[in-house]
Amino acid sequence: MSDLHSHTVAFVRDTMLPQKAPPGTSVGVVGWMRENLFSGWFNSLLTIAAMAFIYLVGSIILPWLISPTWQAESLGECREILAGLGREGHFGGACWGVIRDRWIQLLFGFYPPESYWRPILALVLLAVALAPVLFSDKVPRKLIWFSAISAFIMPWLLWGGTIWTPLAVIAGFVLAYFVYKAVDTAAGALAAIIAAVVAALVWWLFVMGPVSEALSSILPLGIEPVESRKFGGFMLSVTIGVVAIAGSLPLGIVLALGRQSDLPLVKAICVGFIEFIRGVPLITLLFVASTLLNIFLPPGTSFDIILRVIIMATLFASAYMAEVIRGGLAALPKGQYEGADSLGLDYWQSQRLVIMPQALKISIPGIVSTFIGLFKDTTLVSIIGLLDPLGLSNAIRADADWNGIVWELYGFIAFLFFVVCFGMSRYSMYLERKLQTGHR
Amino acid sequence: MTIVTDPPKASFRVSQLIYDTRYRSITFQIAALIGFLILIGWLISNTAQNLADLGKEPSFGFLAEPAGYDINQRLVDYDNQNSHLRAAFVGLLNTLLVAVMGCAAATVLGVTIGVLRLSKNWLISRIMTVYVEMFRNVPVLLWIVLIMAIIIETLPQPRDFRGADPQASMALFDSVAFTNRGFYIPEALFSRSLGDIHLFGASAMRFDVSLDLLALVAVLLAGLWASARIKRNADAVQEATGVRPTVWHFRLGVVFVPLLAVLVLLGFHLGYPALKGFNFQGGTHMRNSLIALWLALSLYTAAFISEIVRAGILAISKGQTEAAAALGLRPKRIMNLVILPQALRIIIPPLISQYLNLTKNSSLAIAVGYMDITGTLMGITMNQTGRELETVMLGMLIYLLISLSISLVMNWYNNRVKLVER
Repeated sequence: MSDLHSHTVAFVRDTMLPQKAPPGTSVGVVGWMRENLFSGWFNSLLTIAAMAFIYLVGSIILPWLISPTWQAESLGECREILAGLGREGHFGGACWGVIRDRWIQLLFGFYPPESYWRPILALVLLAVALAPVLFSDKVPRKLIWFSAISAFIMPWLLWGGTIWTPLAVIAGFVLAYFVYKAVDTAAGALAAIIAAVVAALVWWLFVMGPVSEALSSILPLGIEPVESRKFGGFMLSVTIGVVAIAGSLPLGIVLALGRQSDLPLVKAICVGFIEFIRGVPLITLLFVASTLLNIFLPPGTSFDIILRVIIMATLFASAYMAEVIRGGLAALPKGQYEGADSLGLDYWQSQRLVIMPQALKISIPGIVSTFIGLFKDTTLVSIIGLLDPLGLSNAIRADADWNGIVWELYGFIAFLFFVVCFGMSRYSMYLERKLQTGHR
Repeated sequence: MTIVTDPPKASFRVSQLIYDTRYRSITFQIAALIGFLILIGWLISNTAQNLADLGKEPSFGFLAEPAGYDINQRLVDYDNQNSHLRAAFVGLLNTLLVAVMGCAAATVLGVTIGVLRLSKNWLISRIMTVYVEMFRNVPVLLWIVLIMAIIIETLPQPRDFRGADPQASMALFDSVAFTNRGFYIPEALFSRSLGDIHLFGASAMRFDVSLDLLALVAVLLAGLWASARIKRNADAVQEATGVRPTVWHFRLGVVFVPLLAVLVLLGFHLGYPALKGFNFQGGTHMRNSLIALWLALSLYTAAFISEIVRAGILAISKGQTEAAAALGLRPKRIMNLVILPQALRIIIPPLISQYLNLTKNSSLAIAVGYMDITGTLMGITMNQTGRELETVMLGMLIYLLISLSISLVMNWYNNRVKLVER
């Protein structure tokens, strides 16, 4: 046996060979290209077609973008400059003069120029106020109080007027808090909530106006008021978008809870509201805001068109938000509800401590895409005559100087929207990663 | 040892309405109902008061009055002496037209892009990602007005097609003209036509259905049915004997031969658009507003649909593919028999809700002057008659009906394909 073995096996390796480097064609740039671009004849064909496409698009767009027309005063002048360089036709070159001429208008509308610092300051405040909400782990928690206060400061900065109005509104919340505290010890939580709401409503509806008027006549602190019809441009979109986003989340949560509720009547009301709003286009709701809302309210009330639009946009987004959050609630395993019940938590405690944190986390992608949709939908206000960037673009294109301009103007507006919406979607991805607890 | 029992509580105290869980839900609901009714009553009384102050009685009588405006893009006969109701009906058909065209184009485009985004080719998948991000993050209204502006500013005018040496020429063997007033495409004509049937007599909802079209659809459906029968027979033969008979040429023939025969019998030919005077005559004229709306809605919705398709395919776990491969299926059959049936279950519900979104977004037609239901009923009719309440309510009701019928279809599908668990 052993003889036979020694005859048949001439050589037995007893040490491993060192690993060889992979062939040069399967690593590095070449390897990557072989795998991702040229892995077969069909793939190679696709790659070549894609490269040709990119070259074609690039060879049109790049020369078009690089166009020395920044100083031009009209489209005709742009064409003269370009014709002087021997560039003609639709793709001869961009006419950047329109952006230089109108970019301030596209950002601020007809807001008085001497007050531009106010929307800019409001934007800075917004950024600071959002920081503790968006990046809760990197920013001190105390800053949330600043966020709460700046929610009242920002509208005051934008619309101006006496400072006593926002202060009186804050006073309403303070009043409600103290009423709640006082009644809670005396008569229980439910009565306390009702009393606090009633006290705040009475204050806002009947007492606040005379008090703030009296205060402002004693001590007239304030800034120049700006009418709503002077609002416009990107500032208007951001204003409507931010307020409607901030309003639609809490309203959406309430509607979602109502839709999941065991009380058939509450559920029916919520379902009816949600399905109605989701069934009609936003533009019809904006028609309601522009023509019908004054008919629905008591005779003689007439309030600001921007406020009316914000109300309708908030209602619209809250119905979509409710559906997104309902999805999150439905995705939670039943054990979470039962666990919360077995700990002896009541309905609101279990919602606040157990259900909502998880349900909201699951629904983050949906919530953010609702936000993005809402922000994009703010352009619809141009149809009812507000001067958002698109409304202004119609006016600019009707101007004799810029009649016939297309790509530069819409490209600029599209770029502004793209930056904001793309930023929001990246933030949602970051948040998803951060909150991932590794269950899946 | 005595047993202490609670004394029976016969009396009912008012505080039980709040603190006793047996009654609390009823209390809350009654409170909610009262609040809701008060709110509704308040709105109605305000409305009645305001309308009385304005001297407007709510009535739908205006719908029977002559509309007095023209609608240039329409599917049914209409002139400006027809009633407002007729105009609204024309608008509704226009809404449905652009919705159906948009859904079809968006689906084709979206599925293609979604599949290409999953391509192993790095360059292709990147290009598709750029497309999706570009269209998803910019408002659809901007796309609509941008495409409208591009059509108006860059395409040639009809008069550029005139003369011995025209500046512009027709495409596709002189059959299609792309002008800034819209596209002129060939129309289907039948020299031995069966005529039309007139539905709904002389009412505002009257419309004609071409019998030729009905005949073609009927023959097509019959052919498809026959083809399905042949497939079923072939399946049965395969089950019984293990040998699959070759039937694909029968199946193709049974669909196309009768169809071609009917087309020849009816004398089918194309009517080409031709330049007469300052404009094109003949053919079908798709207005620039319709083209802009259709293209923008399709491109925009396609970006969303491609994400849905991609997510649906990615959601099928890798184990499914591997298990199917272990059973000895070839890649194409794995796709057809294992991946797609499961992916479709995930894809179809959000796909239908995208159709719903597209239909609702078609109301933005008003920005480019396409006369859909928003442009007619809630646009010109509202401005001419001053009946804001009635027109907007009626318009909302119509959109609500469209949306509810689409969601009914979706619910029916969901229930049909729902996985039964536990």
